[in-house]
Amino acid sequence: MTLTLDEARSEAFFAEQDGSRVPYAVFSSQEIYDLEQARIYRGPTWSFLGLEAEISEPGDFKSTFIGDTPVVMTRTESGGLAAWVNRCSHRGAMVCRDLRGNAKSHSCVYHQWSFDTSGNLLGVPFRRGQKGMAGMPSDFNPKQHNLRQLRVDSFCGLVFATFSDTVENLADYIGETMGGFIQRVFHKPIEYLGCTRQYSKSNWKLYIENVKDPYHASLLHLFHTTFNIFRVGMRAHCVTDENHGLHSIILAIKEEQDASGDAYKDQKIRSYDEGFSLEDESILALVQEFDLLATNHIQPIFPQLVVQQIHNTLVARQILPKGPNNFELIFHFFGYVDDTPEMRKLRIKQANLVGPAGFISMEDTEATELVQQGTYRDAMATSVIEMAKDSPDQNDTLITEELIRSFWRGYRKLMGFDQNGATPA
Amino acid sequence: MTDIRNEILALQDAYITTLDFDRIEAWPDMFVEDCFYEIIPKENVDMGLPAPIIHCDSKGMLRDRVVSLRNANVYQPAIYRHFTSGYVIEAQDDGSWSSWCNYVVINTTQSGDSSVYQAGRYHDIIVREQQALRFKSKRCIYDTSRVQTLLAIPI
Repeated sequence: MTLTLDEARSEAFFAEQDGSRVPYAVFSSQEIYDLEQARIYRGPTWSFLGLEAEISEPGDFKSTFIGDTPVVMTRTESGGLAAWVNRCSHRGAMVCRDLRGNAKSHSCVYHQWSFDTSGNLLGVPFRRGQKGMAGMPSDFNPKQHNLRQLRVDSFCGLVFATFSDTVENLADYIGETMGGFIQRVFHKPIEYLGCTRQYSKSNWKLYIENVKDPYHASLLHLFHTTFNIFRVGMRAHCVTDENHGLHSIILAIKEEQDASGDAYKDQKIRSYDEGFSLEDESILALVQEFDLLATNHIQPIFPQLVVQQIHNTLVARQILPKGPNNFELIFHFFGYVDDTPEMRKLRIKQANLVGPAGFISMEDTEATELVQQGTYRDAMATSVIEMAKDSPDQNDTLITEELIRSFWRGYRKLMGFDQNGATPA
Repeated sequence: MTDIRNEILALQDAYITTLDFDRIEAWPDMFVEDCFYEIIPKENVDMGLPAPIIHCDSKGMLRDRVVSLRNANVYQPAIYRHFTSGYVIEAQDDGSWSSWCNYVVINTTQSGDSSVYQAGRYHDIIVREQQALRFKSKRCIYDTSRVQTLLAIPI
């Protein structure tokens, strides 16, 4: 459904300021998608690119994206981090054509303009002409034709970059509360274990909603309850960052006295089923590695990262939008450098829990695609996001949609949809 | 070698038939008890990295996967059609056989779209157990690194 930006900025759009009503146009409008690329991905945000551990040696690089702009992150020769837009400053071709690798310089195949690991222009073939013929004009200054270089920084080994010259530094953007939870998982040196990729025919924000939605966990993912893993009665901690409310964390904290599942039996919820047990229960082992014993740590750092600890499997998920109707999800698995062989084995075994074939995650993209299909034709109809709305400060329950409402309030502001027709700055 | 080659091709045909005709309850029995089954992107194998999408180190884990698919997981029913080609079969010193072959899985959704869901290579270690050939190990090393939506039924 086509929706003009003027309509999107009208009073009817995002009518409720509390984030409890989301107009479905945000999931399929090309205009809104294009505005997101400008206001979010090139706006005052830091986007997750990958792990420092993926580019540990000087010259190592990885191709990735900020929003849908191709960027490359590199380890420079001096051991620093750099990131640049993967578009030749000459005629616009993609310079780096490999997903990963190691190179002292990057040369565009089209006319062999070459750049160093930081994106500085090194050389232009035939710059001085050939055999007495003219080359580039005498006032051609290579320093003015570097690749588009981005601000880049890392936090606990997570690499982020931004197009913005004005956004606060990365640590402040993440904030103290969220930074503390990232440190919980990244409390010692990590080792990259590889990635898996999933492609969904749905809007990227449906996945953001999903990772801020503890309410669905035990209802959509029946593995939890079928095999008695996860209980509504577990202690929860669900909070947002203290600044813009776009980041959040869901912690499911294991109590000594696990609930018996009575809450499900009483309500006859389909997901409670006695009698199934796993032949190999080690998939659900939980070796304590952190001060706080949590089975699930799901922490989106807006817009491109989700830090995940589920049992002993550790992942940095990257969310990449691919047009309004698709997104890619990349699971970067990691362990700790000092893992014992047994611990490493357990982490790999527990990879069965997450990812595209994950016992407790495969349904997420199924659900987001159902929303995409269900909402496509009704741009101005809205979702109803009310759970625990009267108790926004109640953060010790999984039965809440407050993190989702907080996200939409922050999104509305970032996109300028709170300004009723005014053209946002 | 011709006889064992025919036998291994027959085993592979029986394997893909089990999956393509939704008889996944019979799938674990094509493996020995102490087996290994993995679906892993080629991207990781090439870099010597272990991250898989499915990783089972016992037949019990295969049965757990089946129980979960039938009773716990939510996914749209789909039809797989497997195609294999390019077999390279080698006898191993320990009496087992190593088999490599290409595979393509065409997936057909409920709405009637058929698409290439996954292309890759099987690397199998096959042993004879009580007259029958079974998989000691089966690795599905897939090229189609972006898994569309989800992967429920094994490859």
